[in-house]
Formats: sequence, structure tokens, C-alpha cells
Amino acid sequence: MGQPRQPHDPRGALVRPYAVTRGRTEPQRDIPIEAVLVASQANVQEARFAGHDKYRIALLCEPRAQSLAEIAAYHRLPLGVARVLVADMVADGLLALHSAAPRQGFAERMDLLERVLSGLRKL
Amino acid sequence: MDFASSERAGAQPKEITSAKIVVAGGFGVGKTTLVGAVSEIEPLTTEAVMTSASSGVDDASKVPGKETTTVAMDFGRITMADDLILYLFGTPGQTRFWFMWDELIRGAVGAAVLVDTRRISDAFAPLDYFENRHLPYLVALNCFDGAPRYEPEEVREALAIAPHVPLIMCDARHRDSVKAVLVGVVEHAMATLVEEQGRGFPATVG
Repeated sequence: MGQPRQPHDPRGALVRPYAVTRGRTEPQRDIPIEAVLVASQANVQEARFAGHDKYRIALLCEPRAQSLAEIAAYHRLPLGVARVLVADMVADGLLALHSAAPRQGFAERMDLLERVLSGLRKL
Repeated sequence: MDFASSERAGAQPKEITSAKIVVAGGFGVGKTTLVGAVSEIEPLTTEAVMTSASSGVDDASKVPGKETTTVAMDFGRITMADDLILYLFGTPGQTRFWFMWDELIRGAVGAAVLVDTRRISDAFAPLDYFENRHLPYLVALNCFDGAPRYEPEEVREALAIAPHVPLIMCDARHRDSVKAVLVGVVEHAMATLVEEQGRGFPATVG
């Protein structure tokens, strides 16, 4: 218990995992678990002022794209908490959200399947 | 890194697409072993916390001191090109976490249901789940050393697996074997998509 609970937040005891989001459990936008996020070097500089958790997320996503799942796993954040933080960062322009697999459109879906198949065969 | 597909020029950062394949099955069936056999990273664990605020499954307000339940999922990553990443997600073993499975399969390319021939009944719940979802899946029989060997058709009958669902043997510890499972999932997803297109009803994934 290195960090004292913020005494002014009466919700802390009830939704403890969400303390880093100040109790918010709903993200600003839904982000799929496999969607990848990228931070530029400028994003990292800006994120210095966005708080410890967001800065760490920006640092992780600068050298290489990381999924929401990876951000949560590397920083030991519950998935829902990571999703709230990441959605905030996307809204604030601190992270670029890339696209998850297309869910509609025959040509788009077939194109992705073909690329994944060829990638697997090359393994 | 120099990838064959990176000839598209331009100063704009390239859009990266990510896809996922779900690996389902009972507790201890070898899902994480399978993921680890092909992943470029050691399988990672992400945890979802079910709180009283996010789920009606556990009514935490009636249980003082028990506000949360944690569900763990293991996953791996295969970077296929500088603009394409495949993630492999193992489902939580316990079938009472269906709500988490729903999130995992949303937008997935397809799924493999891993079956241990020593504990075939553990596959009933995962198979029931996929029978009632719109996601292409196949069944992979994980052949552990010393596990009873059945003919695939015996297993198909025992588990009442529909004829259109591919059934393959694998060894979750071996990269080539796991590769064949994943290739099978994608090929099945392609065949399913073509068939739906032919019928004129391409449905949304998940």
C-alpha cells in the first residue's frame, strides 16, 4: 500500500480498481481489446503532464504499437481501467487509435482473412 | 524493419489493423500452451474486474466485502507486417464468465475450441457456447502424450459436433501443429464468408 487513498473521494472503497480513473467505469468510447494504440514522441512529451498512468501508457506505445490488452497486462491494470484511461488519451490526442478488423463488407473482410492466412503460412 | 508489404509511400503514419483469433476450451486444456507455441511474446495475462458498477451477474451490494471478481485471460501476439498484427486470446477457463467470452469474440476472425481427449466432457460448455454464436470455429483435439487416441469421427460423434465444423488433431506444444490449427481457423472463416455471400446474407461478426 504505497499510495494513500485520496481522502476526498468517498467512492474509493466501493470501486477500488477504478481509483486511478477517479471512479469512472464508463470509457468515453468503446475500444476493442485487440485495437492497437500508438504514441508519437510528441505525444509522450505531452503525456508527461497527464499523470503517471497516462505517461507510462504513452511511453509503452511510443516504440511499438500496443493493443489495449497489452497496455493492461504490462501495466497490471484491470482491462476496464485501462480502457477508460486509453479512451481519455485518444480523446485528448495523446494516443492514435488504429483499426480493429473490419466487421462488415465482404471484400474488406476477405482481404483481411487473406492477409492473416498468408502471414500464418510464413511463420 | 523491412517488410515486403511496406511499399506504400507517404509521410502519414500507416494505419495498423489488428485481428484476433480466440482459443477456447475448458480449464487446463492447453490454451496458453497453444498461444505460447506461436506467439512472439511470452503469453501475457490481462484481467477484467467485474464490479458492482459493471455487471448484474454478481449483485455485489448484497455481499459486503466482496465487491469484485477477477477474470484472467492469456493472450499472445504475432506481428505479421508493419501494418498487421494478429492477437490470440485464450478464453477464461470457467464457463460462468460468459460475459467475458462475448467481449472476446466480438470482431474475431474465428475461434478454435481445444479439446483434451482425457476430459472430453469439459468441451461440452465451450461447444454449446459457439453453436449459439455467429463466429466460425473449429475443434482441435489436443493429443497429449499418453492421452487416449480416438478417431476424429468418434470424437465428433461423442461431442455431437456439426458436420460443417472442421475437426483436426494437434499438439498444442508444437509450433507447426498450432500453425496448422490457426490456418484451419482462417480457411474455415473464409469458406464461411464466401458461403454467406453466396446466400446474400453476410452477417456481422460476433
